[in-house]
Amino acid sequence: MPDAMAALETAFREEYGRVVASLVRRFGDMDIAEDAANDALVVALERWPTSGMPPNPGGWLTTTATNRAIDRIRREGHRDAKHQAALMMYDGTPREPTGPVEDDRLRLIFTCCHPALSPEARLALTLRLLGGLTVAEIARAFLVPESTMAQRITRAKKKIAAARVPYRVPEAADLPARLDAVLAVLYLVFNEGYLATGDRDPIRAELTGEAIRLTRILHRLLPKEPEVAGLLGLQLLTEARRRARVRNGELVPLGEQDRSDWDRALVAEGRDLVRWCLAINRPGRYQVLAALNAVHTDAARAQDTDWSQVVSLYDLLVRLDPSPIVALNRAVAVAELDGPDLALALVDGLPLTGYHAWHATRADLLRRLGRTAEAALAYEAAIAATANTAERAYLRRRRADLA
Amino acid sequence: MTHYLLAVHGPAERNEFGNYGSRQEMEEAFAATGAFNDTLRADGYWVFAGGLEPASTATVVDGQGETPVVTDGPYLETKESLGGFWVIDAPDLDVALKIAAEGSKACRGKVEVRPFEGLG
Repeated sequence: MPDAMAALETAFREEYGRVVASLVRRFGDMDIAEDAANDALVVALERWPTSGMPPNPGGWLTTTATNRAIDRIRREGHRDAKHQAALMMYDGTPREPTGPVEDDRLRLIFTCCHPALSPEARLALTLRLLGGLTVAEIARAFLVPESTMAQRITRAKKKIAAARVPYRVPEAADLPARLDAVLAVLYLVFNEGYLATGDRDPIRAELTGEAIRLTRILHRLLPKEPEVAGLLGLQLLTEARRRARVRNGELVPLGEQDRSDWDRALVAEGRDLVRWCLAINRPGRYQVLAALNAVHTDAARAQDTDWSQVVSLYDLLVRLDPSPIVALNRAVAVAELDGPDLALALVDGLPLTGYHAWHATRADLLRRLGRTAEAALAYEAAIAATANTAERAYLRRRRADLA
Repeated sequence: MTHYLLAVHGPAERNEFGNYGSRQEMEEAFAATGAFNDTLRADGYWVFAGGLEPASTATVVDGQGETPVVTDGPYLETKESLGGFWVIDAPDLDVALKIAAEGSKACRGKVEVRPFEGLG
């Protein structure tokens, strides 16, 4: 019954983070929580195809997983005080999958993205424990051997247990800094899907989709945090253009995309989030990036783009995030507003010689200035600096068109 | 509660003002560290703390054989070595990290936070 299996997998992935989060709170142990969640899946795989899916799959999975965890603790006999207390608390009534359980997921996000963990470990733990991705899937997504990824996750879990990384939502005073770390993880997952670093699929819809799913959860849990809304808006407005971004294996730049291929529903949802952020008026990096994308999606045709608004948003972004990459993107907008020669002067001053987009931007500006020989060299450098097949195909064609 | 070691590393070779730039800097750091220690005691986090003599004063003893073998010098010859430490008792890593940040500011050095095995 492939349909039933697909439905089961969807239900499981949707509920996995919720089940694990509630079990971590209850048993204070990530491994017990994960093993029990996977046990519950095995039971569901046996029963659901014949008995049908229960009316509340999440509640069913949590109850089953809790029972399995208790069985395991009894069987394996790790009866320290913490686990005994967890057993005593158990009253056998089915848990509701809403209410306080939502807070468990929020706790789990902050634990997975704790600043005491390496950025790679934060990413891996978030995708494993909240996203329910397998270790093999995460390893594949970030181009590392499965054994390396497994070790990274095991080590991070050991550190969480040994160093007592707390399982709670940070206090208000610490929230902005801690939230930054969470948003950085979700942004990284999204970006890897948006423009993959490897030489296989140029766009990884499963990663952009997972990032959006997790950011949506975070937004539901923290609806008043402007940067969370900003990141979700940014992701939706970017995802809306996914279909139009690759044609015949070649990346299509924003200005050349078929705008009728954009997902209008995602554009509308993203734009609503940007509007909400503007009304709150506490600008941050992700909100400004979302607003920038909204300016682009507001233009019916590329030539209708309000470039002066784009540049002024970049001016704001430079103040919030004075990184050379932001300066590079600002220069691209300056080229539209003030001409390629001015933009090229800005680009040439940036310390980004190892970055493919720096070379690609220079190549395009040199081409527009008629400096063909230099443009060809810059295209070569850009092609050498990226492994993304669609981007390489686009750059190769551009270089060939120079002649 | 968990015991954490807050270790402060610094240059193995010290000048006449410890690891500090001047006498005044050294005295300010000592005063700030003293005040920080008082707060640790008052808040109930204090277990033990101390500054160490330079690594050149260390002696390594290997008592695994029949007669102990004594060697002059630290166990590892490094440019930086443990200069001092605190042992604190804290409910979780977030509390330990906050305390470490205050200690780092007081003694003017980076602090490594490491949990003890199985005390809590």
